[in-house]
Amino acid sequence: MLTISQIYLDKMMAHAIREYPLEACGLISGEQDIVSGFYPTRNDAASARIYTVNPLDYLKADRDAEAKGAAIIGVMHSHTHSDAYPSSTDVAQAPDPSWHYILVSLKHKDPILRSFSIVDGKIVEESVVRLNY
Amino acid sequence: MAIEVRLPTVLRAAASGQANVFAEGETIGEILKSLMDSYPGLGSQVLSPDGSLHRFVNVYLNDDDVRYLDKLDTKVAEGDVVSILPAVAGGSL
Repeated sequence: MLTISQIYLDKMMAHAIREYPLEACGLISGEQDIVSGFYPTRNDAASARIYTVNPLDYLKADRDAEAKGAAIIGVMHSHTHSDAYPSSTDVAQAPDPSWHYILVSLKHKDPILRSFSIVDGKIVEESVVRLNY
Repeated sequence: MAIEVRLPTVLRAAASGQANVFAEGETIGEILKSLMDSYPGLGSQVLSPDGSLHRFVNVYLNDDDVRYLDKLDTKVAEGDVVSILPAVAGGSL
């Protein structure tokens, strides 16, 4: 389960739309399953099909989260033309089994956001609890 | 010289759960070797079998990626902070 404020969900979807037609990516901070921040990052791959989080953006996000008593707990990225479900590339390159993997699909008229855990190559969808503040 | 090394969440389990550790050395390579000696579980996750940096890991000296400095031969100085970060990538392919 991932608990997240609607504010951060809106920021993620806005970031995905802003970066379209390229894939957008960003990092979420918080504690375990509760999100307390979102950091849009540059996609060094600059591609509509793949993403690579800019490592300096990651470093800065990590420092900021740490200063706020939180940690980086997951990554968000967009799929511009496919469903909000991890691809084989996402699974193969998932860096941390404790992370949350948020997908925003722009395939349909309205963005669709889903969250997953990826552990030892196994994808499990988790519920997203939206807070209205 | 002891240098602070910041670890990402994925590596902390191999370092007794610590987010920040200290390691001895004059270069990034020496720092990493010292780290591996203290926490052997970190070894294969940071360095490749040939001793180079693992391609799925980024190592920063303060704000600089050591791949764009002198890689493992990059000199460190008192007060520097080394950060190890996993490469974060994927996509719809």
